[in-house]
Amino acid sequence: MKDTADATAFDVNDWIRQDQMPHFLCPGCGHGIALRALVWALHEQGIDKDKLAVVSGIGCSGRLSAYIDANTFHTTHGRPLTFATGLKLARPDLTVVVITGDGDCLAIGGNHLIHAARRNLDITCVMLNNEIYGMTGGQVSPTTSGGRYTSTTPMGNSEPTFDACALATAAGAGFVGREVTMQVLALRDLLKQALAHPGFSFVEVLSDCTEIYGRKNDLGASPEMMLAKKSEMRPFAYRNTVDVPFRPNHLRTGVIARNDRPEYGAAYRTMAAGLHGEKGDA
Amino acid sequence: MTATLRNLEGNEACALGAIRAGCRFFAGYPITPSSEVAEVMARELPRVGGTFIQMEDEIASMGAVIGASMGGVKAMTATSGPGFSLKQENLGYACGAEIPCVIVNVMRGGPSTGMPTRPAQGDIMQARWGTHGDHAIIVLAPASVAEAYSETIRAVELSETLRVPVVVLLDEVIGHLTETVDLAAVPEAPEVWRSFATGPREGFQPYAVTDDLIPPMPRPGDGYRAHCTGLTHAPGGFPTQVPEVATAAVTRTTDKLVHHRERIESWQVQDAEDSDLLIVAIGISARAARQAVRDLRAEGLKIGLFRPVTLWPFPEEALRETVARSGAKAVLVPEMNQGQLVLEVERVLAGRAPALRLNRIDGQPITPDDIADRAREALK
Ligand SMILES: Cc1ncc(C[n+]2csc(CCOP(=O)(O)OP(=O)(O)O)c2C)c(N)n1
Ligand code: SF4
Ligand SMILES: [Mg+2]
Repeated sequence: MKDTADATAFDVNDWIRQDQMPHFLCPGCGHGIALRALVWALHEQGIDKDKLAVVSGIGCSGRLSAYIDANTFHTTHGRPLTFATGLKLARPDLTVVVITGDGDCLAIGGNHLIHAARRNLDITCVMLNNEIYGMTGGQVSPTTSGGRYTSTTPMGNSEPTFDACALATAAGAGFVGREVTMQVLALRDLLKQALAHPGFSFVEVLSDCTEIYGRKNDLGASPEMMLAKKSEMRPFAYRNTVDVPFRPNHLRTGVIARNDRPEYGAAYRTMAAGLHGEKGDA
Repeated sequence: MTATLRNLEGNEACALGAIRAGCRFFAGYPITPSSEVAEVMARELPRVGGTFIQMEDEIASMGAVIGASMGGVKAMTATSGPGFSLKQENLGYACGAEIPCVIVNVMRGGPSTGMPTRPAQGDIMQARWGTHGDHAIIVLAPASVAEAYSETIRAVELSETLRVPVVVLLDEVIGHLTETVDLAAVPEAPEVWRSFATGPREGFQPYAVTDDLIPPMPRPGDGYRAHCTGLTHAPGGFPTQVPEVATAAVTRTTDKLVHHRERIESWQVQDAEDSDLLIVAIGISARAARQAVRDLRAEGLKIGLFRPVTLWPFPEEALRETVARSGAKAVLVPEMNQGQLVLEVERVLAGRAPALRLNRIDGQPITPDDIADRAREALK
């Protein structure tokens, strides 16, 4: 990791609660890579740990908040964006990061994602998409690929999959991006941009559930899963190029959408400030 | 000089009481007959530096309220039966993680959409047992607009000092009743806050066992960098499955309400000395009972009223003591449901006096005459 000058100052151990090690993730789980990229991005953005709140939902992804040396809140399944909304509105001085899973964010919590994106409150939402309900033992999720086996699709999955980035974009998120765990530096840089964006930022990390999803579908060990994932992606910057000899056009990575809509918290406070001096009728 | 006499609706009084107690965050979702609480908060909170938000549903509003409180800001939501059901999972989180918050529930007819504009008292048990698992919760039941004001203030204060969710349980009649309230009847007092963690950051335990069983709460930004989880947690805040530690963790959250019972319990007694029949009622049913007691006393019948203001934890010693002191041969429990409060009364009295029932589920409040007729029959 010598390719960026400031990276030398980053020591992952500075950001991880050492008393919570060893972590509970399975060997090769992509969530660990995502965690490293996230704290690296936080470090490079110069975020003050005392002013950082990490809010997570329930799932293997949800357990990651406990490992970060910050103000951490492990909330309820599907609802971390709602807790984060209250926290950020009440405490605009905090940097609020949400860690969520594909089931957490798109199934049980899908409505909250839509409205968080629409409101555009300054929250960075990191969704770890491993195409499966990892924590509960490998049931189908809204992002499970077609034909894949899970414990609740014994005949193979026949439901269409969700494109979370398209959803977040359509709902108006200020910043939308996607990256694979194989590209740690690109993921870190994407997360840095997301953190820097004043508004709702949504980053989908294509993560790897090696132990359950990988085994059940014969996807190989973690490096093979990661390589396969990478080979399916086309960087968003190449979006108009032909398929050959470039990578296939299954899903795009990088920054997918960005807009400058007003940040909700600031907009509310500006309107409230206009009330000062106005006589209350209560 | 500001006028302290105000004509207020019960729902409005809840909102103003909360603001007076220092509530600065409200998240809600419209539902009859509670929506006025949100509307007043939407108008008033930005004027006092607070924040109002209408969330996408009741689950989200409960989450946002807990999130704001985690940030160190007093927070409240308001709803009615179906919305209260949606809030229950996150309410359980607030019980387990000990996050102060206030939930106003204005009861309407149910189940389901029921009779949304008509009064009921069908959530007496939902308020106590609606969420999952072993948990402690406080429920206050105002019977007037003045009390909607003062009890919401008390709800914020109890919730803060005991780190427990507090439900203010109104019925539609009290919620929509307009009465004159003297805001100065609640004396000026210093604002009541939870105790925030102070002292060394190193080795800080967010759920340490203190003498009063209420751990000081770390505020983000103060340097504690603590973890908060709905998983059963050790004093350090991280999940545990060690049997003794898990037992102790849950037990402390329920024991703390027993420990502080005197501060929590509140009840009112009317004409209970020398009663053959004691009425036990809350909310608008207690208002009707008050009139019935006056009417029946005028007829020379010996009848009294015991009104729990704190509904949960139920003031059980006080009821047993009142029954013993009055010499009541029976109690009568009028309520706008098929019989919920009566179950607790029966448990508390454990055969000391039979509990008679008077129930209405037709969307109409119980009248003084309903109660007087039933009482005369019982005293025959
Ligand atoms: C209300 C509720 N319903 C169901 C569950 C069970 N549950 C725990 S984690 C989970 C799915 C997690 O999947 P995902 O969000 O994709 O996270 P992953 O474990 O894959 O990282 C479910 C259904 C729960 N904890 N709470
Ligand atoms: S079950 Fe899957 S997602 Fe969960 S830790 Fe193991 S590999 Fe990771
Ligand atoms: Mg998943």
